[in-house]
This record gives sequence, structure tokens and C-alpha cells, in this order.
Amino acid sequence: MKPAAFDYLAVESVEAALEALARAGGEAKIVAGGQSLVPMLNFRLLQPALLVDINRIPGLDFIAVEPARIRVGALTRHHRQETAPELREHLPVLSAAMAEVAHLAIRNRGTLGGSLSHADPAAELPMMALLLDAEIATASPSGGRRIAARDFFLGPLATGLAEDELLIEVAFARPAAGSGWAFEEVARRSGDFALAAAAVTLRLQDGRIAEPHVALTGVDETPLRAGAAEALLDGEAPGAELFAAAAEAVRRRVQPNTDLHASADYRRHLAGVLVRRTLEKAAAQAAGGRA
Amino acid sequence: MSGKRLVRMTVNGSPVEEAVEPRLLLSDFLRQVLGLTGTHVGCEHGVCGACTVRVDGSTARACLMFAVQAEGCRIVTVEGLGPAEALSPLQEAFREHHGLQCGFCTPGMLMTALDLIEKYPLASDAEIREGLSGNLCRCTGYEHIVAAVRAAAQRRREPSS
Repeated sequence: MKPAAFDYLAVESVEAALEALARAGGEAKIVAGGQSLVPMLNFRLLQPALLVDINRIPGLDFIAVEPARIRVGALTRHHRQETAPELREHLPVLSAAMAEVAHLAIRNRGTLGGSLSHADPAAELPMMALLLDAEIATASPSGGRRIAARDFFLGPLATGLAEDELLIEVAFARPAAGSGWAFEEVARRSGDFALAAAAVTLRLQDGRIAEPHVALTGVDETPLRAGAAEALLDGEAPGAELFAAAAEAVRRRVQPNTDLHASADYRRHLAGVLVRRTLEKAAAQAAGGRA
Repeated sequence: MSGKRLVRMTVNGSPVEEAVEPRLLLSDFLRQVLGLTGTHVGCEHGVCGACTVRVDGSTARACLMFAVQAEGCRIVTVEGLGPAEALSPLQEAFREHHGLQCGFCTPGMLMTALDLIEKYPLASDAEIREGLSGNLCRCTGYEHIVAAVRAAAQRRREPSS
């Protein structure tokens, strides 16, 4: 339960981090909050030759509110995302989800960039990135790129990040004014990873659903957007029958695992129930906002 | 290159300077190098909460940080809360409400509760329980721990009572 020996480098710029990653030729790991990485090191599931600590890079811990999106720096801690007034105002669904992430001591350290790079299939932030059509910005020796969240998560703990690439910022699209939102999670104990969680944003236009976003986590190899459910909802008047149909579409879509915490059937059941509940809440909220 | 390197920090207000291997966990550094055995080590993968300390004013699992990462940081351990003859209000509440049995989880419970009290209203027992859910008590003496934190939170809200 002690990590294997590694070399350690605390860098103070993105350039220095990239240089260290390139020099290590795939033998390095980046450490930010360390809340997922250090347990893996302690178990010796990972034995990198070099740990590149990016915590001291200035300028990666920020929240920037823009008209169409909100940019959040990779080193922004979960607790700040949970409590920042600008996120509570403009992305309340994200703040609500962050309150469910692990425990305070973990949220004090864990970072946005770390959670997305780690890509746990039951984590909240990857689901939020999908829900809010996030664009993930990276830096790399070839200059960096912007990756749509939809193209980012490839499998359990697997992303499109290259070994010499560093996630530096995430731009979340702001839901249109008057949108309703909801987030619901079921876990065995408070702070545990979700057995299943669902999140919804939508707005109402002339009494009909517009721009429905439905995202889930914990119920498949990666977090996902429920495209078939969204297609069913789009342009329809909200109601129990419609939401039941959307929940059924989600149950058909997801491929959950059975493990010692829950069976695949139970997780699939939860996915349907949580989608129905989040749709009801989001629609009620959007209706209230329009009244 | 994984040889020892110098790390400087303050621990409970005192400056500390030691040469350590990069892989040395902050929890082992505190206990084995500094002899501060109040910080307990349970699971060593961030689940049990026994090793919770304060890093620059907020809690962290000391088993999920390396000592080298604490360069320049202000660390406070349970030893920094108050000596036996002058307990902090939170420690006093734990004593009054029998908030400990074997004492193994207690340092982590205290450090966690302090951070919770500072950051959340803790207006309900549900909120207190949720806040403490990352700290395991194998004696299962949670009722008394919740009562102690409830009293301490109340005292902080209404200092005169």
C-alpha cells in the first residue's frame, strides 16, 4: 500500500509540463488533485517513472463567464465549482452535481481537469461535460486543440488525450435563458460513486420542449447523452406519457455492469426512474420560469 | 532521480525542513518523520478519512498527498487543535457528548468536522451525517459524533448559548 519509487517534478508553467511529458516518453503521469491517481499509485496499479505536479501552474484555476459559455480552468477544485456564485447562477446544474462528488476533503483537492482526464464511468463531471456540450481545450507540443466532450470519453478510464497532451480548460455551453434543469443521483452511501445519475436541461417554447439534453453516468462504459430520448422529447408537449417513453428509450440504450454494489438490471431501472424524475423537475422549472 | 529532496512547510505553526523520497506520503511523513502520530492511517486510499489534516486551511487526505507536494504549505494536524489542558471548542464538544470510543477515527473526525463547520451551515443532522460520511468509525459510534458536531456547530452559530 505504498507507491513504487518515482521521480517528481513540480512545474510552474504549461510549457514546462509539456516538456517534462515529452521527455518522459509516456512514462510520466500528471498529478493535480491526486484524488484518483494517488490511490492507484498506492495500490501500485500505476508505476510511473515520473510524476509531473501541475498544482503550481498559475492561471489554470479560474471561472470566466462569457455570453454563450463558461470557461473553467483545469485546476479549479471541485469545492469551488460547488460553491462559486457565478456557477450557481449560470450553471446551477453543475453546482448541484458537484455537491454530490465524494466528500469535502476530496472536493477540496480534486480538480476539473483531473476528473475529466481520469474519466471514471460513474463520475459526475464527465456527465456534466456531455450535458453542457463542453469543449475541452488541451495544450501539446503541436499547439493543442479543442475536443468536443462527445468525442472525448472513449471507455472506462480512457479518453482521447495523447500522452504528451495536457487538459488546460473546459468551456461549458450556457443553457438558454429560462431553461429548466435537474440532477438526480442514487448511490449506496452519501459520497460514493453513483450507481446511476441523470441530469437534464431543457426549455419550453410555446409549451413545447426545446433543446432537451439528457445525460447519464454510472450506467455504461462511459457517461452518455441519451440521443434517442432527446429526439423523442424535442418539440413535444411535456407530460407523463412522453417522459415514460423517454425513460423507456434510456432503459433500452444503456448497458450497465453488474458488480457487488448493484446488478445491471437495477442500474437500468434506476436510469429510467432518474430520467423521468429529472425531466419532470426540469420541465416544471422551465414552465415556472416562463409564467 | 527518485532520491531524496528537501521539502519545507509549517506544521502546526512550526517550520519544518526535511529530506524525503518523493513517494513518501504526507501521512507517513507526519507520523514517521515528524513523530506526529495523532494523524491516523487506516485505508491508505482515501476512503476511511482517518488521516484527514488541514492543508492551507482546508481538509485533505494525508494519504492522498506526497510530502513533497506540501512544499510551502501550512499543515495543521489534530495536535494543532489544542493541547489536553486547553481543548478547542470542537474537542470539548466531543468530550461532552462522548464523541469517541476507541479513538482511532477521532483525529480525522475532528479535522473533518472543523472544515464542515467553517464551510456549511450544518443546520440539520442529515447535513452533518452527509458531511461526516467520508469518515469511518469502526466502533459505529456515529450517534455521539453527530451530537458532538451538532453542539459545536450550534455553539459557533450562537456563541452566547
